Amino acid sequence: MQEQVAVTDERGVIGRSLDRITTRFGRKPTDLVFRGITLLLVFIVIAIVIGVAVVLVVYSWPTIKAFGLSFLTNSAFDPVHNTFGVAPAIFGTLYTSAFAMVFAIPIGVLAAIFVVDFCPRPLRIPLAFFTDLLAAIPSVIIGLFGFLLLAPWLQQKGEPWLQQHLGFLPFFQGPIQGVGMLAAGMVLTIMVLPLIIAVSREVMLTVPTAQREAMLALGATRWEVIRYAVLPFSRVGIIGGIILALGRALGETMAVTMVIGNQASQPSLSLFQTGYTLSSVIANQFGEATPGIFLSAVIEAGLIVFIITLITNILARGLISSMQSRGAKGVRV
Amino acid sequence: MSTSVSERKESASNPFQPPQSARGIQRQFNNGCLIVFATLFALLAVGVLIYLLFYVILNGIRYINLDFFLNLPTPNGEPGGGMGPAIQGTIILVGLASLIGIPLGIFTAIYLSEFGRGRLANVVRSLVDLLTGVPTIIFGLFAWVLIVVPQQTFSGFSGGVALGIIMIPIVARTTEDVLLLVPREQREASLALGGTEARTTLRVVIPAALSGIVTGIVLAMARVAGETAPLLMTAFGTTFRNTSIFEPMDALTLRIYNFTLSPYQLQVNQAYAGALVLILLILITSFTVRWFTGGFRRRF
Amino acid sequence: MAFTVQHLDAWYGHKQALFDINLSVEPQTVTAMIGPSGCGKSTFVRCLNRMHEEVPDARVKGTVLVDGFDIYARSIKPRHVREHIGMVFQQPNVIPTRSIFDNVAMGPRINGTAHGSALRELVESSLQQAALWDEVKDKLDAPATDLSGGQQQRLCIARTIANKPQILLMDEPCSALDPISTLQVEELIGQLKESYTIIIVTHNMSQAGRVADRTVFFLLGKLIEEAETEQLFSHPQKKETEDYISGRFG
Repeated sequence: MQEQVAVTDERGVIGRSLDRITTRFGRKPTDLVFRGITLLLVFIVIAIVIGVAVVLVVYSWPTIKAFGLSFLTNSAFDPVHNTFGVAPAIFGTLYTSAFAMVFAIPIGVLAAIFVVDFCPRPLRIPLAFFTDLLAAIPSVIIGLFGFLLLAPWLQQKGEPWLQQHLGFLPFFQGPIQGVGMLAAGMVLTIMVLPLIIAVSREVMLTVPTAQREAMLALGATRWEVIRYAVLPFSRVGIIGGIILALGRALGETMAVTMVIGNQASQPSLSLFQTGYTLSSVIANQFGEATPGIFLSAVIEAGLIVFIITLITNILARGLISSMQSRGAKGVRV
Repeated sequence: MSTSVSERKESASNPFQPPQSARGIQRQFNNGCLIVFATLFALLAVGVLIYLLFYVILNGIRYINLDFFLNLPTPNGEPGGGMGPAIQGTIILVGLASLIGIPLGIFTAIYLSEFGRGRLANVVRSLVDLLTGVPTIIFGLFAWVLIVVPQQTFSGFSGGVALGIIMIPIVARTTEDVLLLVPREQREASLALGGTEARTTLRVVIPAALSGIVTGIVLAMARVAGETAPLLMTAFGTTFRNTSIFEPMDALTLRIYNFTLSPYQLQVNQAYAGALVLILLILITSFTVRWFTGGFRRRF
Repeated sequence: MAFTVQHLDAWYGHKQALFDINLSVEPQTVTAMIGPSGCGKSTFVRCLNRMHEEVPDARVKGTVLVDGFDIYARSIKPRHVREHIGMVFQQPNVIPTRSIFDNVAMGPRINGTAHGSALRELVESSLQQAALWDEVKDKLDAPATDLSGGQQQRLCIARTIANKPQILLMDEPCSALDPISTLQVEELIGQLKESYTIIIVTHNMSQAGRVADRTVFFLLGKLIEEAETEQLFSHPQKKETEDYISGRFG
């Protein structure tokens, strides 16, 4: 029995008496209940996570059984002939994401360098506010921007200009439609950029001043300090951020769906072609999906997205946390 | 010659002003490039955002009026419509989502910060982190398959479930972060006075972390208010008044999506207005949250 | 190189840290800066290679003449100053992602002053001058972090020397080291004195007694007294100096 110190207590006599009882395990009943509820809710969360994976696998089983790996190579989502394949979707996903990475990485890392090294003091906080704000913009609004402003502009000015001046490159050949890979790539760049800036910024801020001073004392220019002291130190974390951004690009749905055209073209390197991504397939086809092979094909597309983003996520977090074990302070993304 | 000593020294070789070498020029050039590009790209990032904001605000503000907030959308772009049900739907959906997301999120955070030790806690934490990386359309699929398909109808309920799942890791993470910030001494003091773990957590730790927890919840709610993909296949959207959560339900994001792609200019105008409302929501929450967490005073 | 400091003031934002410092240093001597914590000795030394101004909101006013040239002249870039005035820091700050060789070679590499075999010779001679060559000559490609604390500090010294400065600034170089390493570095300073002008900041008065030709006493941002080391310790002129030396404060 434990003495209860007089503490203001609105729980009443029964409550207070309960507190006096210590069970055999050294715990009080209220604690057991509390712990019980907590554990129950935690298990619900675990169940949900596992449930999502299980549901995806179970419901895509019919298509997995029917097509196996050829699901990844078949080129049409064809309910009429009952053949389903996501090859063009995978191509679209990879192509647009690659485009976004090619642009977002240099822009993002350099912008982060600006924020960390060059930014005049008074501008620092507004700048951080703006980058965080960019990250918070819902993708449907970026999609609106892409569809109503960017795509028409690309069709009338941007893509013709590119074709005129750089048309010898395979990227800029083919019919111009405004919507397509280029628009989708640009929109993805906008979505992914703030993530890269944020992670790079956080990681570069953890570089110890002593390292920078070591280079400065040797007579290094600002660029040399960054190249030899800052970047090598933060390289791992920045790569982690890049992989996270890649994961987001691969899974992005709304903005891409609105500007990619959602129509298969002959796959080529052209940035002007329309196409679709795995996520846009899901968004566009679920309504048509009849139960059976069609439905499970849509789910399998989801399963593929799930697996891809799972892998990138695990990789990225592994990298970022290995930076933390090297002494960088908590970089929570 | 009447040059002073210092002037003569200047013209003699000053070791701190070496003659320009090729290497020196190269280094200066590289440095200059860095400064130019870093500044340019930072301005680009901010510029895009500002351009986007202005684009939406300027286009949308013309169509904001009371009708917009109250009326149903009109068919085929006839004038006079609004997004009343859409806004109402978003509010209801976020409310439903909160019923799921907040308790599950907070108790997961309590588990991780107060009780969790060892293997299970690490597993839970990893699972929660994993949850954040999953594209939200997957949760829509999940709810679609488990609720919509068996019930043979789209419903606001399934939408709320999907959004709720999305909320869980956001709430859990921000809550865990602030709970861990509460100094251990406060817990020890409460336990030393004979308080139970339950009382310690509920009456001491959580109130101490309350502002951070509320911040996390507000951020999570703003996040899910902006989600579209998971709602496509759950709530689905409707142009009629929302009647019950077990029927298709409209949402602001769904309406924006729909109207943006519409061939009718009047509906496109409404899309701008809706986007403006959504952006205002995000702006206000971002700003307020930063204000209250001292994000404007943070030292870099 | 000889240098002269005239009327030097320094600020951190609005807080003034150095007040009208005047000092002359002869070439190929070791001068120690002593004083209690926060007295400005580190700030002073960082003004000598223009590192102080790297701190945000920091400001310097005054003249530092090195061989007659004012290093704070408008037309002079700080990085050129630092090529001639090197610095060793309190905590050894080797670049962890690079090998021993690369660390020492870093200065010449970025300045472009040596390549190929000339660079290898330069690295070897710098490591020899830093009394580290024998210990690392077989593992030049090993990561710099493989070395012990004392070795890392000597590596930092070698790295600074490889840049061929004329003046060496040392900001409490032994405070993070064990006694044996400390002695090794002090011996090193004795040898380096023949080629470099050395300024060493130390909170350890007996260290000043062991290595320095002249000693300067700082207090609250002001230069209180400067004299030949033995003279300063045995017959201090100012009361504050005497109080500090006899341990009455600091």
